[in-house]
Order: sequence, then structure tokens, then C-alpha cells
Amino acid sequence: MSVASRKGLDNSNPLVYESVSQRELTEAEQNDDVVDKFDGREVFDMIRRINDPEHPLTLEELNVVQIDHCEVDDDKNRVVVYYTPTIPHCSMATLIGLAIRVKLLRSLPERFKVDVRIYEGSHVSEAAVNKQLSDKERVAAALENDHLLNVINQCLTIHKK
Amino acid sequence: MASLDLVQSLHGHDDRAWSVKWNPAGTILASCGSDTKIILWMEEGGKWSAKVTLTNAHQRTVRTVAWSPTGTYLASCSFDKTICIWKRDETGAFDSIATLEGHENEVKCVAWSISGEYLASCSRDKTVWIWTCEYDDEYDCLSVLHSHTQDVKKLCWSPSEDILVSCSYDNTIKLFKDDGDDWTCVETLSGHTSTVWSVGFDHSGNRLVSCSDDQTIKIWQRLGGEGDGNFGAQGWQCVCTLGGFHDRTIFDVDWNRKNGAIASAGADDSIKIFEEDLDVRDSLREPSFRLSFSVPRAHSQDVNAVSWNPVRPNLLASCSDDGSIKIWNYTQEAR
Repeated sequence: MSVASRKGLDNSNPLVYESVSQRELTEAEQNDDVVDKFDGREVFDMIRRINDPEHPLTLEELNVVQIDHCEVDDDKNRVVVYYTPTIPHCSMATLIGLAIRVKLLRSLPERFKVDVRIYEGSHVSEAAVNKQLSDKERVAAALENDHLLNVINQCLTIHKK
Repeated sequence: MASLDLVQSLHGHDDRAWSVKWNPAGTILASCGSDTKIILWMEEGGKWSAKVTLTNAHQRTVRTVAWSPTGTYLASCSFDKTICIWKRDETGAFDSIATLEGHENEVKCVAWSISGEYLASCSRDKTVWIWTCEYDDEYDCLSVLHSHTQDVKKLCWSPSEDILVSCSYDNTIKLFKDDGDDWTCVETLSGHTSTVWSVGFDHSGNRLVSCSDDQTIKIWQRLGGEGDGNFGAQGWQCVCTLGGFHDRTIFDVDWNRKNGAIASAGADDSIKIFEEDLDVRDSLREPSFRLSFSVPRAHSQDVNAVSWNPVRPNLLASCSDDGSIKIWNYTQEAR
């Protein structure tokens, strides 16, 4: 998983989307006696502020991640996130998927099986990118690469606005 | 009723445990993992414990370990692109005696041939290397095989002849042989629809078992030979596909060479044991295998490897992303 050279931006003028409003806390969620299961909104909140590798914008602002594309089944310990690259030949697609994956691996309890996949039909190399992202051996090796890990950590650093 | 019961849970790795392998005498279990350590576990008074920890040989994840057929040597391979050879001295201590370099990328697996003459290694760089141990513990690369088009995941040698089998991210399994001049790919087995993570021989060397990201296990048989069933085909053919048992990637399979049971494990945290239905065994029909026992939550995370003890065929070892190693006792169904 190499980081593509940065000569020029893939998508120099991306559409910017509005952020969703803050999650409203319900009474049950504030009650410690109620079991609070993970849901799509919670997973979305974990990944919405990941930075795009190229633009000073978040994945949410670029519409790369969306609430409706975060599927969570707490009982079965499954999380599936579908993300949409800004353009179908985006060379950063694997890197973005890896950043989402790393963020979720760090944020969710270990019991969860996490799948990060390209939203169907939104990228030319969809199958190849999905296969790379689901190969945990290659993901593990990539994360032992200091340069790549730096780039990912930059994507995961939250910038105050 | 068959059963698989936990004998002991072993803790010693600080991170994901990638591989477990028994020595040929079945007295030492070697494990390795992302913490770059290799741990040798031995039994004393019915309890297994970490007797030796080998460190400082690798800079990154140790992916797999392999024992030489005599048990004198242990090979380890790492994401740091190197292979390390360890030799056991008279006192039972292991020393690193050689580091083999040459792969351009992470080394994923190492395996010794049954003759002890060859060591094979494979890598993310898509190649399979064959090394010889000449004398004085000098290792030379004999051949570099470029047959796979992607990351090569696992290797194993036939228990009866110098045939090497590899499997890959390119979804295929390949067989290699020395044709008298050089090592060449003599057969490519296609059928899996995603990464083939592991492959292993049965006791005879005439059958193979493989497992894949496509969530199936396949049994391959060498046909056309003497005494084999012949379904009008020659060479290695897939004769059985076991699907619907694992619902995530299957990372490893091991075929017990003493009792014929196949163990499988993967990303669904489970370990499953399969047995061949010998009642319906008929040379004119394809073989049939059935699930004999399943442990749905064998570990709390992905199970990365399973290994049958070669001398005590009821003992199975497994290792997991949760960092633990487990030893299990398998009771076969009374026949």
C-alpha cells in the first residue's frame, strides 16, 4: 500500500457537503443502568472527522463517509462501513480506507469484526481495494511502515476549526 | 460423540500470535507473533509453559516458524524481509546461526522439505525461493520462482517426495518440482475465488487441503496414479468443497497425518474439525467429509493458525489475534 505521489490533486475542486448536527443524547443514553449498544451513528461519529489526505476537509465534508453507510450489529459484533471516494479513479482510495480501518480498530472494542469497503459502484478498482483492505496480514505489514503510519496518523489528527 | 476440549491456555505474547508449530518429536511447541518474539513451550508435569524465548533476531513481526525434520533447526521469517535459522545445541539451547536475505518484501512463510535438504520461503514480493543447506550451515539460494502473480501466503512440502506447494493472494495453489535442471511450476490449482491462505498435505502426499478468504475449504486429489480413483481426469483435481461452515476468512488448515482429521480456523474465532465419511468411501465416487466438532468461540479474536501434534495426534495447538496460544484435546468419534 504505497502512498501515491502528490503531483497535483486527484480531484482539485471537490464538492463540499454540510456536516450533520451534533448527536442528541437521549435519556436512556445518560442512564448508566441501560445497556447502550453501538449504533451506526456512533460509528459515524468516530470516522466523520478523519481528514482527507489531500484536502483540508473531513471525510464527512467530502461525503466520503455517510451515516446511512455505517452498518452496526452490536449483538453479532459486526461493523461494516461503506465509503465513497470523491471520484471513481481516486488514487487515495486505499489510503482513505486504511485510515478508516485504523480509526475503527483503535476506537471500537476488540470483539468487533470490522469491514471497510468501497460503496458499490463508486470506484474503478473497487474489488482490488476491498481485497487489500480485508487482508489483515497486509494491513498489519502496512502499519509497520513508519512513513505510512505517519500519513495515517495525520489523517486521524483532529483539527479544531 | 467427538469433542475438542481445552487443555490449557498459554500467555506469553504481548501482541497478535501469528503461528504455532510442533517440533517433529511433538515435545516443543514454537509460537511467534507481532511482538517479534519466538516462544518455545514445553510440558512438565502435565502443564505447558514458556521455556525459551528467542528475541532480537527480527526487527518486525515474526510471521511463521518451521522445524527441520530432525528438530535440530528452527527457521523463522519476518516482515523485516529476513529469515533466521536457529540451531539447537547439546544443552537444548537455540542459537541464531544464519540470516537469509534476498526477499524484497515481507517474508510470509518458511518450510523445510521432508529430506531436510531444502528450505523454501515465500514473500509479499510474489516469489518463492528454494534454499539448500550445503555444509557448515551455509545456506545458498538454488532457485527463485516467479510463477505467482501476487503475494505468496503459505508453503508446504509433500511428506513423501520433494514436491513443494504454495498458495497465494492470486487465488491459486501451485506445485513445484525439480525437473533435473531447475525447479519449475508443474501444476496450478484454480478453484478458490479469493486469497488462498493455507494449504497442507495428508499423510500419503496424494491429497491436499486448502482454505481461503472465500470461506471454503477444498480437498484436492492426485488422480490417474496407481490405486487412485480416476474420474476420467489426470493430475490434481478438486474432489470436495466444504462451504457454509466458516462465515469469515479461513486462515489455516492442518490435516492430521495420524488420524486423518482436518482442523480449520479463521476470522470467525472458531475452530472446526472435519472427518472423512469412510462409510461412503468408494474409489468411483468423490470423497465426502463431514463436520465432526466445532468450537464457535475458540478464541476471543481471529484464530490465525492450527497445528496437530505429530506424535500425540489428539493434541491440537491454536493461536490468535488475542495473543493467546491454546492447546486442545480431540476425542475422535468411536467408529
